[in-house]
Order: sequence, then structure tokens, then C-alpha cells
Amino acid sequence: MSKHMTGAEMVVEALKDQGVDTIFGYPGGSVLPIYDALFQQETVNHVLVRHEQGAAHAAEGYARSTGKVGVLLVTSGPGATNAITGLTDALLDSIPLVCLTGQVPTHLIGSDAFQECDTVGITRHCTKHNYLVRTIEDLPRILHEAFYVARSGRPGPVVVDLPKDVQFALGLYQGPLNIQHKTYQPRLKGDIDRIREAVAMMAKAKRPVFYTGGGVINSGPQASKLLRELVALTGFPITSTLMGLGAYPASGDNWLGMLGMHGTYEANHTMHDCDLMIAVGSRFDDRITGRLDAFSPGSKKIHIDIDPSSINKTVKVDLGIVGDCGHVLEDMINVWRSEGHKANEEALDGWWKQIDHWRARQSLAYRASTTAIKPQYAIQRLYELTKDRDTYITTEVGQHQMWAAQHYHFDEPNRWMTSGGLGTMGYGLPAAIGTQMAHPESLVIDIAGEASILMNMQEMSTAVQYGLPVKIFILNNEYMGMVRQWQELLHGGRYSQSYSSALPDFVKLAEAYGGHGIRCSDPADLDRAILEMIDYPGPVIFDCRVSKEENCFPMIPSGKAHNEMILAELSDDAGVEIGSIIDEKGKMLV
Amino acid sequence: MNAIAALSPYSSAIGKSNVERHTLSVLVDNEPGVLARVVGLFSGRGYNIESLTVAEVAHGEHLSRITIVTTGTPEVIEQITHQLERIVPIHKVTDLSMQAKVIERELAMIKVQGTGDHRSEALRLSEAFKAKVIDATIESFIFELTGSPGKIDDFVELMRPIGLVEVSRTGVAAITRGAQGM
Repeated sequence: MSKHMTGAEMVVEALKDQGVDTIFGYPGGSVLPIYDALFQQETVNHVLVRHEQGAAHAAEGYARSTGKVGVLLVTSGPGATNAITGLTDALLDSIPLVCLTGQVPTHLIGSDAFQECDTVGITRHCTKHNYLVRTIEDLPRILHEAFYVARSGRPGPVVVDLPKDVQFALGLYQGPLNIQHKTYQPRLKGDIDRIREAVAMMAKAKRPVFYTGGGVINSGPQASKLLRELVALTGFPITSTLMGLGAYPASGDNWLGMLGMHGTYEANHTMHDCDLMIAVGSRFDDRITGRLDAFSPGSKKIHIDIDPSSINKTVKVDLGIVGDCGHVLEDMINVWRSEGHKANEEALDGWWKQIDHWRARQSLAYRASTTAIKPQYAIQRLYELTKDRDTYITTEVGQHQMWAAQHYHFDEPNRWMTSGGLGTMGYGLPAAIGTQMAHPESLVIDIAGEASILMNMQEMSTAVQYGLPVKIFILNNEYMGMVRQWQELLHGGRYSQSYSSALPDFVKLAEAYGGHGIRCSDPADLDRAILEMIDYPGPVIFDCRVSKEENCFPMIPSGKAHNEMILAELSDDAGVEIGSIIDEKGKMLV
Repeated sequence: MNAIAALSPYSSAIGKSNVERHTLSVLVDNEPGVLARVVGLFSGRGYNIESLTVAEVAHGEHLSRITIVTTGTPEVIEQITHQLERIVPIHKVTDLSMQAKVIERELAMIKVQGTGDHRSEALRLSEAFKAKVIDATIESFIFELTGSPGKIDDFVELMRPIGLVEVSRTGVAAITRGAQGM
């Protein structure tokens, strides 16, 4: 296991020992020794992106669709700074990444050398942890530690900054088995007394709800299975954040749909009126809670999270359980069964009746059209035509992302890759590339907007180079739709800079890259066009021309509570000024 | 810093008034950048630092002890503790203010200039405070004083009208009473 080799060879050896089969990167002066070592082996596959931000999002897509650590390799200076957005995105969404950055030789650090930047200084705030490797002796330990830190506890991005002289230096390599971390040992098992207390609260609850998040997905497929089991056992309703979609199947009996700013009427009202909230791997983000002092005012709250700092951060809870969702859910099921608990059936019946009443509002409904493609309709058709296939969905950020979350239904975890916390436009195409690399036989679709897609359009070239048949499904309304919607609601319809002018011809653009382009503006032709996209054996850009001024509803207006949602029907009826619903305080929020 | 946050319906308005002062003891691996991580956490998340001291306490194990005096509501203090615990090279965070008995000490060097009555008054007060004279000229003294931050504040205020020139303080070091460690 211990062998003499150069630092660059150690990097590649450590990747192999960590089970890495694919990395995403872009070469440059200060990572040339590592690229040389990569050249001389065949175990680790390297995907050449067209911009380092793409490498980071591709690694995120790879990580999120597989549950493994995503790896990117970039050069010093601009290579590292270009990756920052992706690292921050991974930090906010708790995605395990290891980012290897080149650095100028140690004796030049601090001299403003060519392509030098203070990578560990810059990335300190947007990584879970980072390292500058100063000597070859430290290198093997740090490489393995980086993987350990990235995937353990609450996952996140880790940067390893590698000065060029360390890459050339000779040293003794050691495998991962000899590494044990001194300080970082996150707690996996929840406190059993607290779990008992939680289960007792659940048995007594009359109006309970599960509110689950990305933590369930991060915990692994077993956690999703256990969640389904616990929901079936208790009969409680369940809603999820954007990041948690798929942990509980959208086709499941107890599913309320997504909650939050663009969540369903029934999910948000259930949260507002519940008497017991069981938060599992979710973090009470402001998109979820709306107005905090009116957030679920009458409920007891249980919060299960692997990160102690998530508990009581924004919402005070009655019972916090620190631990991995999977372990805690397993213990909850065992306690529920062994103590012979039963849910309060009578109360639950009444609760479900109330929920059905909310559901009857059909908050995702929209006015259909035979002349124009409604964006919601486009997602619905995409779902119907792909649901029986082995499909992975990524998105960019904006209206199309929310419509995808509302109208595309996920029955399995790890099938939905979206930028939740940071809201990074340009995420979807590189994430689709990373996902497709991990699942070469699957159908991978980036649901995009025409503005977002242009932010990392260059990665189409990567897709073509590696023959990755990703499908870019653009809901083209010629606006930055979400910006336009907010300008309509908050700024008197003054559409400042939110119109997508001088758009490229997406069909010709696809062809210019060596892919296939499809355009569709007729609802009657949409199914045929989507099938053409699915059947094409290479990358496709689908320019779906949708109605231009459609708004994304339902919506909790800024600064309002869960039970103050506005629905599409309200906005369509003449005489109701939605802007007037949002007060001055609300306008200050995002 | 809370001007906007206080108005925001997304922020918690509960308990804004009950701000407390807490002393946190943080045991860290003495590696490059660890202090920047701690300080960056405080600035990045908008927490206050009233004082911060750091020094290596176990050379063989490369362990440093950071003592931070901070202010915030009990909710914010709890957040600070947990956020510190997330930093990978941190071994342990203890909120000493939650312990039964904690001793806090600070060292200050206080330069006072003056002649005649001012000079003798300064010397008399320094004896009352058990401050040591560590440097003297015909027209100045430097006193060394160790004590609680409040005691040092009191002494500095007394020296101000007499002829205070400048003060250098170490910040608070703290430890709990009794046989137990942190």
C-alpha cells in the first residue's frame, strides 16, 4: 500500500483508492504534472469541460445522481476563481465535492506570481473545509481526509490546493485505510431517549405532517425507504422541500406536493395548521417558512438533522434530534413498532378531510390554451412522455425550475438535480453532463430557461465531445421569467433589463455545436417534438416557445405566511392587483 | 448590522432585547488558517467579537486555545457554539458562561504621564489596584495590571484625568474553577 511516487501520481492514486471513476476539469500551467499522471493511466476518466464553473456543476450532478463524491480538477488563479460559484452552490445544497486546484510553487506563494490567487483564503467561506498542501509528507493524508470530510456528516465541498513543487516532489504514498481524523467525527445515531419522546409525540398528534428535505436524499437510498415505511406506518401526510423531491414518491398516497414559496396550497396550509411538524433533513429555509413569526404558529416541532447548527437556527423547535436521517428514521420505526404505538386514526381522518378540502382548490391548475404552449403544459407532457423511462432531470434557475418541481413528479431519490440554496442560473446543463457521465444509458434532461441556458451554453461542446445525449428542454418565453414576474408584482410592471433580447437561433446553435435542434410553438405538435427529442441519439437543444407572460403560481408573496398564498385564479380575475398584496416590508425581501 | 434584518419578516424578532455576554473557550488544532476560519465565521454571519485571545497550550499536540468574548441573545450564542463546532480543525467548544464558576483574567499595560501631584496620585491608585510599575521615567509610568476586564476598565478610567497616554490589553483568558477540565 505504501509506495514511493511523485505528488501528482499520489493525486491519481488517491482518486483510484477513493473509488473515483470520473473527474471533471480543465488543464493549466500549475496542474500539468497531474494531467501528465492522468495521461498515463486508464482507471480515472477525465471529462474536459469548457469553463471551470461547468466542472463544478458537472461534479455536483455526478454526486447528486450517484450519492458519491464529485471531483473536479482546475488550475490555479482563474481556474480556481471560476470554480467558486459551483463550490458555493455545493456548500448551500450540501453536495459532497472534492476540488483539486493547482497552485504556484510554495516559494512563489504570496509574490503575486502568474496565475496566483489566495485559493484557500478565497474558498474558506464557500467550502466545508480546505487545505493548502505545503509538503509532500502531508499530501496522502490530506487527500484522503478531503474525501472523508466531503462525504461525512453534512456533506459539502472541500478544496485541496496543490502547489506545483509538491506535485513534482517524491514521497511515500499511503492508502486511505491508515487515515483517521482527529477532530471531525459527526454523530450518526440519534439520542434514543429523544427518539422515544418524538415517537410518543407522533402517537398523540392529531394534525401531524412530515416536512422532509435534501438531508434524506444525502443520507442515501436506505433513508428514503425508511421514510416511506414510517409514513405508511403512521398514515401521516408528507411534504418536501425542493431539494428533497423523490425521497417520498410523488405517486404515494400521503404526498401533498412540494411546500414553500411555490408549493401547493394543501402543503402550505397543512404546515400552517398542523399540531405536530416532523422536520427530517430540512432546514427551515426562508423559501419554506415565509413570514417567520407566522410560521406554523400552533405546532410542536421535531427537527432531525445531522448538523447541530441547523436545529434552532431560524425556527425554535421543541425537540431536536442530532443524527443521520437514515439512522434516526430506523430507530423511530423500531420504537413505534416495539412500543406498540398507533396513530390517532379518528383525528387523522378529520385531518385528511381538511387536507382534501385544501387539495380541492387545485392550486397547480392553469388556464389551458390551444394556440400557445403553456409552460406548465410543456412540463406535463414532458413528464407523461418520459415517466416510464429511466429519466434524470436537472434544471436551471427560475420559473421553469419551479414549474418543473410542480409538474414533473419524482418517485425515486437522486433523480432530480437542481440548484436550491444558491439559485445558480447555468447549473442545469453541466449538471446534466455530470449526471449523464454517471448514467450513460439513461435519459438526462435539463429543463431550462432561455436566459439561464446561455450562462453555461459552452458546455454543449463538452456534451458533443463525449457523445453525451443530454436533452436541453428550453421553456423559451423571451424573458428572465422570474425576474419579470417579480417586476410585475412588485415594481409596477417596469421590466427593467429582464427581456431576453438578441437571442440566438437555438436550432442553428445546436447544429453549430454538432448537436440536433428542435423548435416547437404549437401545442398540437408538442408530443411529436418531445418524442423526436427523446429518440435522437445525441445531444438536443429543444426550443420550446411558450406563452410569454405566464406567472408561476401558487405563490406565497414575500413576507407573508403559509395561509396567505395567492393562487392563479386570483391573479387572472380582473381587478385584483397582486402588487397591492405585498406590503413595503415584503418588498425588501427577496 | 441588524437594521435591515430587524425589519425583515424572515428574521426572528423574538428575544432581540435579552442580549447576553458569553465567554467561549475553543480548543483547535494549531494549523495555518484556523484563526482566520474562526474570525471569518464571526464576520460572515454577523456575530460580535468583544475580545479574542489565542495561544498554543500544548506544543507537542499542536493545540491552541482560543478564548472569545461575544454578545448575543441565548439563541444567537447557541448558534455561534454550533457553528464553531462545524469548523473541521476545532476539537471542542465550551461556553464557559454556562459553567457554574468561571475565572476571567486580562492583562493590561497602561502608560500614564504627569508630574507632581498627578504622579503621586497615579502611584497611590496603582498600589490600591495592586498594579506593578514596569517602566518609569521622570514624567511617566507604565503599569502592569492583571484582573477581571471590569477591574481594568475601572483603573483605566481613574488614570484618564491623571494623564492616561495609552493602553494595551491582552483580551480575556478564562478557565473554570475546580478539578474539571473543559
